[in-house]
Amino acid sequence: MDNQLFLSLISGVFIGAAAAYLGTLMLSKKMSVVAGPLAHLALPGVALAIIFHFSLFFGVFPFIILGIIFIWFLEKKTKLPLENLAAITFAFGVGSALLILSINEAEEALIGNINNISLIEGLLVISIALIIFYLTNKIYLRMMLINIHEELAQTSGIDINFYNFLYLLAIGLTVAIGVYLVGGLITVALIATPSAVAKNLSNNLKTYQFWAIACGITMTIIGILLGRFYSLPTGPMIVVTGVLFFILTVFFKKNKDIPANEK
Amino acid sequence: MDKILLEVKNLTVVLDGEKIINNLSFSINQGETLTILGPNGAGKSVLLRTLLGLIPYQGKINWNKKIKIGYLPQGLTQLSTKNQPLTVEDFFNLNITTLSKKEIIHFLKLVGLSEEILVKLIGNLSSGQFQRMLIAWVLIGKPEIIFLDEPTTGIDLGGGETIYSLLQKIKNERGLTIFLVTHDLNIVYGFSDKVLCLTRRGHRCFGSPKMVLTPQSMSEVFGMNVKFYKHQ
Repeated sequence: MDNQLFLSLISGVFIGAAAAYLGTLMLSKKMSVVAGPLAHLALPGVALAIIFHFSLFFGVFPFIILGIIFIWFLEKKTKLPLENLAAITFAFGVGSALLILSINEAEEALIGNINNISLIEGLLVISIALIIFYLTNKIYLRMMLINIHEELAQTSGIDINFYNFLYLLAIGLTVAIGVYLVGGLITVALIATPSAVAKNLSNNLKTYQFWAIACGITMTIIGILLGRFYSLPTGPMIVVTGVLFFILTVFFKKNKDIPANEK
Repeated sequence: MDKILLEVKNLTVVLDGEKIINNLSFSINQGETLTILGPNGAGKSVLLRTLLGLIPYQGKINWNKKIKIGYLPQGLTQLSTKNQPLTVEDFFNLNITTLSKKEIIHFLKLVGLSEEILVKLIGNLSSGQFQRMLIAWVLIGKPEIIFLDEPTTGIDLGGGETIYSLLQKIKNERGLTIFLVTHDLNIVYGFSDKVLCLTRRGHRCFGSPKMVLTPQSMSEVFGMNVKFYKHQ
């Protein structure tokens, strides 16, 4: 195995696993859909990184953070539904990126290219993935309670604003490294697909997390290898592999325990 | 002499420019059950959430000491958690008080649930089981006072009475103080020490159920003739 493939695989595995882990939390908060528009909002940052030849991460991350603040501010100010704001953000991201770059030049921004990742970028991505793991693990149980009932969490003494801030930071970091792997166009699949697969296979929180991470890692490895050996774009290969997993698991869906009778 | 646990003086709550609670005063003693009664939109849940510190207010809310509070919010049902991949054991692990499995089982048994329920998804419990599980969950933090916002919504009549009997038993065993929001007059009579009624028109009453729950007063509160029976 050549060094570049090894680096791509290692970086990809870390990105896939971190995105999948955070994705389990986002699915339970019904927020998977927000990752898509955020990733699209990163596209102008990717375009600037390509034009001025600096690391994608430094192009993507500021735009993601701005995007999170933008959506959060507009939601508070306008009380519009999140889907509506997500659509506006999505349109702005793609539109402004294509103003800066032509469609041909924008390919890397749209579908990613983990195969060109440098050693420094690889180390950066792995470090960020580890930070995402740490952050997600720290906030996981508290965020689950917030997802179930905000006031119940609040009266339990949980500082909701603080946890939401850490949660959004984890989303921002995940989207930023997700763009490396599959591009801004399909980063949402890294977050949404493994948790959907896991939901089909699990019947408690631990197995839900396990299957999501396993799926995130497996789809990334298969996608990178297939893309490499059949000379197909890696990002879309990873995403298609994940969706195939999802379709397969629909047929293996666990027969969840039937509603219990009053005892 | 009874020990005053909470004293509310001239409480006013304004939400989105609308005065929901205006100049309300009352008090509650330790170990009592206070029921907040009234039609939809009278401000019952708002009052509960204000006392919990979740809503800004004007006036005074004086607790006699730093007190441990348990809260069963409105709208938290097994249906609202249907999509969460959480078993009963997972749900108990979300509590900020860390418990061993043995301790979780102890709390489940306290509310009449068996150990086998631990592996069930919370979204698949019956509504009665879910409410019992929530009561056990709230008791973990060893609260001195519990706020219950319509705890029997979606539960049939028999199931509702079972929940109240359970609460009464736990209250007696642990000397709890209970704040309860409900529409159910029949339950109120047998369960409460004091009743505070609120209306959308600002009419209010406060006192023992025997004093407050008169046909005349109830028609003021609900705007129509209300029939109920008195528990003996």
